[in-house]
Amino acid sequence: MSAVIYLDNNATTQVAPEVVEAILPYLTQYYGNPSSMHTFGGQVGKAIKQARSQVASLLGAEESEIIFTSCGTEGNNTAIRAALAAQPDRKHLITTSVEHACVLNLFKQLEKQGYTVTYLSVDRKGQLDLMELEAAMTGNTALVSTMYANNETGTVFPVEQIGAIVKEYGATYHVDAVQVVGKLPLNLKNSTIDLMTLSGHKLHAPKGVGALYVRRGFRFRPLLIGGHQERGRRAGTENVVGIVGLGKAAELAQLHLADIQHEKKLRDKLEKGLLAIADTEINGDRKNRLPNTTNIGFKYIEGEAILLSLDQFGICASSGSACTSGSLEPSHVLRAMGLPYTTLHGSIRFSLSRYTTEAAVDRVLEVMPAIVERLRAMSPFNNDQAEWLQDREEAVLGSR
Amino acid sequence: MWEYTEKVLDLFYNPKNQGAIEDRDEAGVAVVFGEVGSIACGDALRLHLKIEVDTDRILDSSFQTFGCTSAIASSSALTELVKGITLDEALNISNRDIAEYLGGLPEEKMHCSVMGQEALEAAIFKYRGIEVEQHEDDDGRLVCSCFGVSENKIRRVVIENNLTTVEQVTSYVKAGGGCSSCGAEIEDIIAAVQQEKEVTATRVAAEIAVAQAQNRPLTTVQKIGLIQSVLQEVRPVLIADGGDVELYDVEGDVVKVVLKGACGSCASSTATLKNAIEVRIKERVSPNMIVEAVE
Ligand code: FES
Repeated sequence: MSAVIYLDNNATTQVAPEVVEAILPYLTQYYGNPSSMHTFGGQVGKAIKQARSQVASLLGAEESEIIFTSCGTEGNNTAIRAALAAQPDRKHLITTSVEHACVLNLFKQLEKQGYTVTYLSVDRKGQLDLMELEAAMTGNTALVSTMYANNETGTVFPVEQIGAIVKEYGATYHVDAVQVVGKLPLNLKNSTIDLMTLSGHKLHAPKGVGALYVRRGFRFRPLLIGGHQERGRRAGTENVVGIVGLGKAAELAQLHLADIQHEKKLRDKLEKGLLAIADTEINGDRKNRLPNTTNIGFKYIEGEAILLSLDQFGICASSGSACTSGSLEPSHVLRAMGLPYTTLHGSIRFSLSRYTTEAAVDRVLEVMPAIVERLRAMSPFNNDQAEWLQDREEAVLGSR
Repeated sequence: MWEYTEKVLDLFYNPKNQGAIEDRDEAGVAVVFGEVGSIACGDALRLHLKIEVDTDRILDSSFQTFGCTSAIASSSALTELVKGITLDEALNISNRDIAEYLGGLPEEKMHCSVMGQEALEAAIFKYRGIEVEQHEDDDGRLVCSCFGVSENKIRRVVIENNLTTVEQVTSYVKAGGGCSSCGAEIEDIIAAVQQEKEVTATRVAAEIAVAQAQNRPLTTVQKIGLIQSVLQEVRPVLIADGGDVELYDVEGDVVKVVLKGACGSCASSTATLKNAIEVRIKERVSPNMIVEAVE
C-alpha cells in the first residue's frame, strides 16, 4: 500500500507537528501538577493559562469563558445539563433530528425523565426551517441545542438567527460547534450563543481534550464535582498535555483561517471531478456549507463496498451506509434529509484538511470512476425504473 | 473497519460469476433467477441459475448484488457452491455453508449469508412453480415490521445456527435492528426453540432409561438421540476452534459424521474423532460403536 491519502478529517485529524513539539516538554520536563503551590507546578499552570487565551482568541471570547473538557461529548453533555439546571422550571427542549449521537441520545434520556423534546426536521439540503423553530418555541422552552455545522454533509446552520429567536423566549442557546472551529471564522463577542462546544482532535490537537464556551454571567452547574480546577466548573486534574496541544492547535487554526480558500478550492475540484461520474449527487447545502466537506451519493451501489475499494489504494473516506457501522440503519442525517434509498446507501463523505494536497485529490479522481463502474456492473439496480426495486421499497417503507 | 478473511476479500476484489445468465432458449435447459432484499434495506441479491431440466442439475450460476463487501463475497461464494449439484442438494445448502466457504464472516454480517441462502431458495421455488409466500409465512405472522421478518424465518435461523440471543438474531436476519420494539418477541421465540430442544432431549432420555431397565436393545431413534446429545456436548469446543461436527448417518454400529470448517482440514481431527467423540459414544450408547468421518 502506498502512502495514506487521508480524506476523513471530519472524523479526526492528524496532530499538527507544531502541536507535537509544543506538548513534548509537558510529557517530559514539566510534569508538575498545576494545582500545586510550588513553582514547578506553577509553570504548568501558566501553560494552561496560555492555552486558555489561545482558545479564547480563536473564538473571540474571554479567557474566563473557556472551560477545558475531555471531548465534544463531555462538552455537549455538560452544556445541556448545565442549561437545564439553570432553568429548572422549564420542561421543554428543542433540538434537530441531525445532531450527533451525544446530543440525540441525551435528549432521549431526558424525555424519559419528564422533559418534552421537539426534534426539528431538515429539508433535502439538511437545512432547518426557522418558522418551524419559531412555532415550536414556548415560554416553557428551557433550551435549544443545535449544531453549527453537520459532520456528515457540512451544512451550516444560521446560528445567530436561531439564537435571536431563542432569546425572544428567554431560553438558553447551546451550539455544538465541533465541526466548525478552525474551519469558519468565529466571534462570540456579541453573539446570541450561550454555550458552545468544541473538540481538540477535529482541529489537529490530540484526542481526549475539548473545550466548552460559557457566556459570562451564565448560571453554570458543573457536571463533574470535586476539586477547584477550572474555577470549580469542571473538577479533575487537568489533561495538561491535551490542553497545551489544544492551545497551540487553536493558535495555528487562527492563522490557517486566512488560507481556508485553498482547502475549499481543492474540495471543489474533487467534487467537480466526482460529479462527472454518471448518477452522482451532492448531499447538503451547497451555499451554506463547510469549506472542507463534500458528501456525494453514488447511486445504485453501497457505501462500504466503495470504501473498501478506496482503501485498496490507501484512500480513507467515510460513508453513511449502515454496513460500515454494524447498525442496520443508514445514517440518520441522510435519512432525515429524505434522500432516496438509491443514493442514501452509496453516499461517501470526503473531508479535507490543511494538509490535503492536490495530488491526493487527483489520485481519488483517478481511481474513483473505475471503482464505481466495477461495483455498478455487479449491482442488480442500474436505474430508478427497476420495478422490483420500487415495489419492495414501498413495501418496506409502508411497514415502517 | 471490519475484519474480513482473505477469502472474503479475494471474492470481493475478484468476484467469480458476476452478471446475469442469458436465456438462449437451449433445448433441455432452463434459466431462472431468484431475488431477495431491497434497496431500502441496503442489500439485495439476484441469483441466476442455469438448470439441466432432465437431471435437475445446476449447470451454471451467477449473481448481481447490491450490498457491502460481505454481501458480494457471499453471493460469489454461493454461485461456486451450487455449480454442478442438483436442486435438491442445493436446497440443503444453509447460510452456514456459505459462511464456512468464506472462512467465516463477522457476526454482524451473517445476514449476508442468509440472504444468499434465501435467494437460492427463491430461485428454485420459482423454477418449480412454488409460491414463495406459502413457504415463508405459513402462519403469516410478521414479528419485525421494520425489516419485514416473519416468525418462521426467525425460528429457522435460530435452529440452524444455534442462536441464543436477540443480538445474534439481528445479525443474522436484521430483525430487531430498527426500532427494536420486536426484541421481546424475538426473545420468546428463542426461548420456545430452546424449550422444544430440551423437551425432545428429555423424551429420548426417558425412552432410553426404559429400554435399559427392560434390557432391550436401543432402537435406532434412541441411538441417534444419544449420539446427538454427545455431539452437542463437544460442538462448543470445536466451534471455538473454528470447526464443527454434524451427524451424517448411523449404519448399524457405525456413526458417520461430517467434520466442518477448521476440523475438516485439521490434521488432529482423527484424534478429535477418536478421543472426544468416539470414547463418549462408546460409553453412553454401546461399546461397539465406531465413529467415522465422511467427506
Ligand atoms: S419491529 Fe423489529 S426492529 Fe422495529
